[in-house]
Amino acid sequence: MNRIDKVFREAKGPVLNIYATAGFPNFDDTMTVIKALSEGGADIIEIGMPYSDPVADGETIQMANQVSLDHGMSVAKLFEQLKDLRKEVQTPVILMGYVNPVLQFGIEKFCQKCAEVGIDGLILPDLPMVEYLEEYKSIFDQYGLYNIFLITPQTSDERIRYIDEHSHGFIYMVSSASTTGAKTGISEEQEAYFQRIAGMNLKNPRLIGFGISDKESFLKASKHASGAIIGSAFVKLLSKSKDLKKDIVSFTQSIVG
Amino acid sequence: MKFNVNEKGYYGDFGGAFIPEMLYPNVEELRLNYLQIMQEPSFQKEFHDLLRDYVGRPTPLFKANRLSEKYQTNIYLKREDLCHTGAHKVNNTIGQILMAKRLGKNKIVAETGAGQHGVATATVCALMGLECIVYMGAIDIERQAPNVARMRMLGATVVAAQSGSKTLKDATNEAMRHWINNPVDTHYIIGSVVGPHPYPDMVARFQSVISEEIKWQLKEKEGKENPDYVIACVGGGSNAAGAFYHFLDAPETKLIAAEAAGQGVASGHSAATTFLGKEGVLHGSRSLLMQTEDGQVVEPYSISAGLDYPGIGPMHAHLFKTGRAQFFAIEDDEALTSALELSQLEGIIPALESSHALAVLPHLKAKKDEIVVINLSGRGDKDLGTYMKRLNLI
Repeated sequence: MNRIDKVFREAKGPVLNIYATAGFPNFDDTMTVIKALSEGGADIIEIGMPYSDPVADGETIQMANQVSLDHGMSVAKLFEQLKDLRKEVQTPVILMGYVNPVLQFGIEKFCQKCAEVGIDGLILPDLPMVEYLEEYKSIFDQYGLYNIFLITPQTSDERIRYIDEHSHGFIYMVSSASTTGAKTGISEEQEAYFQRIAGMNLKNPRLIGFGISDKESFLKASKHASGAIIGSAFVKLLSKSKDLKKDIVSFTQSIVG
Repeated sequence: MKFNVNEKGYYGDFGGAFIPEMLYPNVEELRLNYLQIMQEPSFQKEFHDLLRDYVGRPTPLFKANRLSEKYQTNIYLKREDLCHTGAHKVNNTIGQILMAKRLGKNKIVAETGAGQHGVATATVCALMGLECIVYMGAIDIERQAPNVARMRMLGATVVAAQSGSKTLKDATNEAMRHWINNPVDTHYIIGSVVGPHPYPDMVARFQSVISEEIKWQLKEKEGKENPDYVIACVGGGSNAAGAFYHFLDAPETKLIAAEAAGQGVASGHSAATTFLGKEGVLHGSRSLLMQTEDGQVVEPYSISAGLDYPGIGPMHAHLFKTGRAQFFAIEDDEALTSALELSQLEGIIPALESSHALAVLPHLKAKKDEIVVINLSGRGDKDLGTYMKRLNLI
């Protein structure tokens, strides 16, 4: 069974997914961050592959992308860092990134490497559904990779049904019309949107992301979904941390504890 | 061979709509409506009335006699430099602001490199009374102060793009982010034939008025519609798309695209995408793109800010791959020489971008009885600072 499915099947409380950019704050920190997140109790770990032009991301994650690229991070080097991933952690790991570096690496080779190191899913926000179904799905399936799709407050019900039909693992529910890290907290309007989607009885679980930064917003979002995703707030913590392992474990525990 | 966009939004292998879901509703709304809106008689009338009375179209097709004599052929200049705001860019912004109004949008966001598209957008926003935000790279804001002032005078808010390399590609990223954050009331006016489908096709259609006019003007002057050559510069490629559009299926007309080689194709300071790029995805479409082996976008260089873009529109990538258009890489110095040449032979100071198209002439070897049309996409006022420095005019 894909580790992502296992998480949702066995979850006793809301599922916590935390995003970190690979090679940030330092080039060699990727595995340190993953291990500490796992130890602290994150249910799913999302690792960002840095890109020069991350259009869906706000300032914080852009900055982390740039720092990581300045350190020389690449898709090939990330796979090198992840080669012993499954000797160390059993938490599901998703790679998030933009499609161009993946295309240059080679889509088949990329999926093969993902399977080799034990990646469970992918989030490629600028890979459209229609391209995925026509060109990529069969390759992703062959290597057991779940492609995670996003929905937003502007996504029509019809399209949400379509996305649900073609999704595995979970649906990434963007909490508001925004780039990552642009807003914090959850408004009444957003809660209404969460409730509307919850009422659609989709076949996939939903995780709510964007604007989730602490225990309060995590729990609030999780009332209307299977859990939530923290990104920019965690990247901010990484950029300030003097003791990564300790800070990550205590941050993660502060959310799930 | 088909050179226009297909129903899936592709030109051969290039195009598509590689956008995050947050942009999907807006782009889809545009995709579903743009052709129908453009074909409405009331839209056509308003668009063409504004092109005539506000932009000053048709722009002349001018026989450049002294230039023709020098190159021993028949050279016509399509005078887009005479458009209101000084370049072809306004053809597209007029079309898109009318589109935005019909889609019920009351705010406009745009990106700009040198500021020409920003000025053309700020201009039509003032004309229509819509709020206008223009993203411009922080570095470009410093080096293009007069255009920043123009946009502000026209009532636009100019926002510095501080991310990445702080130039055009980053301004485009920031404009896209702005649209993600303001999806309901805002229309994004992209300035070139780039971006997700349907933008490349929509912008090409608005700019196609250029080749539409060339055809009847040439018929009047030479008794035939199709020249032997059409030459245009390509950054993203909007003026070239407009100048080529009605000749795409006329094989007797050779299409020539001039890219900016900067300090030389192999110098590491270039923007010649078809020479240096590989297939990839940037700003929502699959095209040719200057990038590292790892797929990170490379910052281009050209003396001309309007050609300083790491990609080209998907239509041009297709024209390149199929051989329908021939691409030349023109260095900074060649463009400067041609700018001086046109100024002194014809009394027309061209934009640096357009000078790249003119600089194809020495390479072309057109025959004495052939007809060459060069799209003079913009005027040189904005480049006077560069000309003063590089041509020792002080």
